[in-house]
Amino acid sequence: MTEAYDRLAETVRVEGARVLATLVRTVGSLPVAEDAVQEAVLAALRDWPRTGVPAQPRAWLTVTARRKAIDILRRERARADKERDGGDLMELSTPDLPPESTVRDDQLRLIFTCCHPALSPDARVALALRTLCGLSPAQIAAVLLTTEPAMAKRLTRTRQKIAAARIPYRVPSEADLPGRLAAVCGVIHGLYTSGHAPLGGEVAVDIDVCAEAVRLGRLLHDLLPDEAMPAAVLALMLLTEARRPTRIDDTGDVVLLADQDRSRWDAARIAEGCALLDASLRCTRGVADPYQLQAAIAAEHARAASYAETDWAQIVRLYDLLLTVAPSPAAALSRAVAVAEATGAAAGLAALEAIPSSARWHAVRGELLAREGRYAEAVEAATRSLTGELTSPERLYRERRRASWATMAAR
Amino acid sequence: MAQYLALTYTADVDWFAPEQAEGLAEYRQFAREDADSILASAVLHPTSTATIVRVAGARGGDVVTADGPYAETKEALTGYYLLEADDLDAAVAVAARIPAAWNGAVELRPVIRWN
Repeated sequence: MTEAYDRLAETVRVEGARVLATLVRTVGSLPVAEDAVQEAVLAALRDWPRTGVPAQPRAWLTVTARRKAIDILRRERARADKERDGGDLMELSTPDLPPESTVRDDQLRLIFTCCHPALSPDARVALALRTLCGLSPAQIAAVLLTTEPAMAKRLTRTRQKIAAARIPYRVPSEADLPGRLAAVCGVIHGLYTSGHAPLGGEVAVDIDVCAEAVRLGRLLHDLLPDEAMPAAVLALMLLTEARRPTRIDDTGDVVLLADQDRSRWDAARIAEGCALLDASLRCTRGVADPYQLQAAIAAEHARAASYAETDWAQIVRLYDLLLTVAPSPAAALSRAVAVAEATGAAAGLAALEAIPSSARWHAVRGELLAREGRYAEAVEAATRSLTGELTSPERLYRERRRASWATMAAR
Repeated sequence: MAQYLALTYTADVDWFAPEQAEGLAEYRQFAREDADSILASAVLHPTSTATIVRVAGARGGDVVTADGPYAETKEALTGYYLLEADDLDAAVAVAARIPAAWNGAVELRPVIRWN
């Protein structure tokens, strides 16, 4: 496929997701709206490369999706052999486009429905990719490392639950908003993480999940600009995203933070991320949430002119705060690395003692042992770090480290 | 309006025991305050009084009864409320006022409406 076609496909996908949000409210059924938009999207992908993109692609998709929805509802009615009031069909037949404010409200409603806490976290992520990002079940299956039939089944079950349990299509009340917003932010950040650190194997995916997560983060922040958490999540993703291209070199090898070419970091994203973080912190007045703290840590790294000039003591302090509000072995492990940089490898090794071991724990321990000149132990730690699922660049890197330490140990 | 069956899972208690009086009063208070949402309800005797019934083979086969409970768990089914609510969020709000929600768990199951 050509680049022009890919761009067209992305436009159609993103616009389709926008159209879906309003159509769900109008027809009152997620499956019907999804099918209608799907048919409109397929028609666009079939016709536009031949006829050219219409002057107003959004209007074309809106009108086509409505027409498809009318067809689907008529078919369903004929099959069910019952008369329903034609109210929804009337609204679908109007030629006017919904005003921007309506589309925004509809998008927000759809976000909260897809990320409802009554749905399992896996179901939320899958549904968000389907309805908010417009990905096909096959694409979602590739992104989430499962099979297309399994994904189709999960999506069907999720839609059934929404319909049977009557999960509302509504922005939650002021009182419920903080908890519900946390669930939405969890989905978006989880999505970003799944793209940033895929588990195992070489994943050939034509969809950039990180870019999709950033898009959703932007949408949420755009819809709720005064809420601290969406701003913090977007800041965290942008600050991480700014450094992403330098994490792997041209040959696909891992490049450590210390060795990354900082001139290639995306300065615009870093500036935007820092500004969003500041704005988010102003909203919460001092009580930092986990996203703000992780963004603050990312900002420290992004702002340091070189690895040597990194303010490790400040990063350790931020990890200490993070561990008080959201304790996790991953954060504790990152704190141990920061401690080693701030006060030496021995202190880092001491910090590791209190953390449950994992493949990454052994990898960190190997690095710190090698720094202390304890190469034989470092080799052993590296070996244990190679068990379990790893991306192939990560595996190659650790194997190389182990080989070099083995040479040192033999001297 | 939709209907939800709110199944209460709590410690497997005998509600007639004097020490349950206070707990029972909490349930009565819920039933009074949320009467508008409650279509029906029942409180169950403890699982030690349960009887499991099976028919061997097919309809008309031998009736096999056994001493309950069907599944041994820490929290047992101790009662239910049939609730009426606009949507899941509204049903969750009511369910969160059932004392079982903080003494155990409430399982909300949407009820199929045949029309």
